[in-house]
Amino acid sequence: MSAITPPVPHSRARLAPLVLAVLTLVAASFAALAANAQSGPLRIEITEGVIEPMPFAVPSFVAENSGGGQYAEQLSRVVAANLTNTGLFREIPASAHISRITSFDAPVQYADWRAINAQALITGAVSVQGNRMSVKFRLFDIVSGRQMGDGLQFQGSTDAWRRMGHKVSDAVYSRITGEGGYFDSRVVFVAESGPRENRVKRLAVMDQDGFNVEYLSDGRALVIAPRFSQQGDRILYTSYEGGTPRIFLMELASMRRQVVGDQPGTMTFAPRFSPDGSSMIYSLSVGGTTDLYRLNLSNGQRIQLTNAPSIATAPSFSPDGRQVVFESDRSGTSQLYVMPANGGEARRISFGQGRYGTPVWSPRGDLIAFTKSHQGRFHIGVMRTDGSEERLLTASFLDEGPTWAPNGRVIMFTRETAGGDPALWSVDVSGRNLRRIPTPGPASDPAWSPLRP
Amino acid sequence: MNVTTKMLMLVAALALAACNNPRGGGGADGWDDGGAGGFGPGGAGGISSGALGDPNDPNSVAHFQQRIGDRVFFETDASTLTDTARQTLAGQARWLTANPQYAIMIEGHADERGTREYNVALGARRANAVVQYLVSQGVQSNRMRTVSYGKERPVEACPETRCWNLNRRAVTVVSTGLSG
Repeated sequence: MSAITPPVPHSRARLAPLVLAVLTLVAASFAALAANAQSGPLRIEITEGVIEPMPFAVPSFVAENSGGGQYAEQLSRVVAANLTNTGLFREIPASAHISRITSFDAPVQYADWRAINAQALITGAVSVQGNRMSVKFRLFDIVSGRQMGDGLQFQGSTDAWRRMGHKVSDAVYSRITGEGGYFDSRVVFVAESGPRENRVKRLAVMDQDGFNVEYLSDGRALVIAPRFSQQGDRILYTSYEGGTPRIFLMELASMRRQVVGDQPGTMTFAPRFSPDGSSMIYSLSVGGTTDLYRLNLSNGQRIQLTNAPSIATAPSFSPDGRQVVFESDRSGTSQLYVMPANGGEARRISFGQGRYGTPVWSPRGDLIAFTKSHQGRFHIGVMRTDGSEERLLTASFLDEGPTWAPNGRVIMFTRETAGGDPALWSVDVSGRNLRRIPTPGPASDPAWSPLRP
Repeated sequence: MNVTTKMLMLVAALALAACNNPRGGGGADGWDDGGAGGFGPGGAGGISSGALGDPNDPNSVAHFQQRIGDRVFFETDASTLTDTARQTLAGQARWLTANPQYAIMIEGHADERGTREYNVALGARRANAVVQYLVSQGVQSNRMRTVSYGKERPVEACPETRCWNLNRRAVTVVSTGLSG
C-alpha cells in the first residue's frame, strides 16, 4: 500500500459530500435479491467468530474513460486492504484469476470464480470528469451464482478518491456481515516525538487505515486525549498551553479553538461530548479532589455530577445520552461506575480483580470497553453495561484507552511495550485480529470519528 | 543543565505564557484563531533564566534544590506522605518562609503504570498533599499553585521499578516574580 500515492495533491479543504446513487443496472431477479438481503450463503456472523476468512476477489476496477485510468487499480487495492484488515476476509490475488473484468456490464463468469474458490466477487468502474469522479461497484455471491444487492454509485471529488474506496468497502462489508461499516471514518490521535522525559505531543487526524495524516497542533504545548464529536465536526482535547491542563474545543473545518470549562485555580481534563454534541462531560481537579462536571457548550451552564473526596474521571456517555460510565477510586481502587447523565446515585459495575479505568460505551449501546490492570499487566476488555460477562481482549506491558469503531465491532487503543514507543493497535470485539495501525511515528490516545456522511 | 534547572525554566516559561494569554482564549466570542489555526502560542519565546546561586548559601535556590531537596516520592497509587517526605517538606517550609520573595509551583507526577486520565488526577492529589503539609508548616497558601503532569513528564524513562519509584513524585519549583 505504501507505494500508492494520490495522483492529485492532498487538499486541506473539506471534502465535498459524496453523492450516493442506486443504479438500476439489474432489473431482473428481484426475488433473489430480496432473499439475499436477509439470508443466503454469503454471510459472516461477526459475533460467532470467524475461523476461516471468506475468500474474495476484487479485480482492478474498470476505467470507463482515460481520466479514470490512474484510479482503477488503486481503488480495488483500497477495498482489498480494508476487507483483508478485518480478518474476516482473504483476498485471492489477481495472479490467480481466470476471468478478466474488462467491462462493468459484462456477465460474470461464475464458473471461473468458483474454480479459484472465490466466494465473493467485487467489480467496479471509475470515470473522471475534471476534478469529479464517479465510482460504481457490484457484489456477486459466487457460491449461489447471483448478484448480491443492487449496484451502487458514488460521486465526489478526485481529492477524495480513497474515500470512494472506503464507501465501496463499507457497502460490501455491510451486505456480507449485516453490520454497519467503519472504513469511511477518521481517527484523531496524539503523534509523539522526542525523548520520553520531554516528549513532544501533537494533535493529528488520519483516515482509519492510517492514510491522509494531518496535524492539528505544532507540538509546543503538551496535548493529551483528543475526542471526536458524534457529528464529526469538532474535537475536545486537553492541553497544557498556559501551564496547567485545560480543555480546548476545536472546529475541524476552520481549526478555530477555544478554552471551555476552565476555572482559575483548577485543572480540567478528560472531556467527552454528549451524543448530541450540545454539552461535554469532564473532570475538574481542585484541592486534590477530582469530580465530574457537565457543561452546556452553548450557554456555558455548568452542573457538578459527582461530589466525593476521591477521583472521578474518564467519563463516557451512553449512546442515548441518558447515562454516564466513569472510573472512580471511591472504594479504594479504581473501578467503573454508571450514573444518570445529570448526576445522581452511581452504581458500581466492575467487581473483578485489579484496577479498571477509561470506560467507553459502545456506539451500539451493548458493551462498555475499558482498560484493566492486574498483576503488572494491562488489558483492553469489554463487559455488558451492567458489568456482567467481562472479557479481556488483549494483554501487554501497557494497553490503555480503548475507542470504538463507528459500528461497535472494532476497538482501537494505545499499546506500549516495555521500553518501546507507544503505537496504535486495533482488535475486534471477539478478541481476534489484533493488528497495528500504521502511523508516521510513535502515537497514542486514538479516538474514532463517526462514519462520515 | 540538570533536570531540575530545566524544569524551573520550563515552569517559568509556562507561567509567562499564562500571563500573556488570559484564560478564555482570544476574541470576544471566545474563539481563538491561533495564527495558523491550532498552532497556538507556546513557551518558547518566554524563557527567563534565574541565578541558582551557591548551594552553600542557605538562601540560594541551589541550596533548596540540592541540600533540602525539591521533591518527595510516593508509593504506588498513593498520595500519603512518607516520613522521609515529611522531613523534606519541613525543610522546604523553613526555606520558603525565610525566602518569601519566591512563588511556588507544586508539580504532581505519576509513574507510567496507570491510565493517562487517572494519573493526571493522581498527580493533582499528590501536589495537594504537599500543599497541605507546607501550609501546616506555615507557608502561605496563596504563594502556592499546583499542576499535575500525570505520567507525561517522567524523570527516568526505564520500564523498571527503580525508574517508576523516581517518577512518582511531587516537585516544589520556586521562582521569582512569577506568582501570576
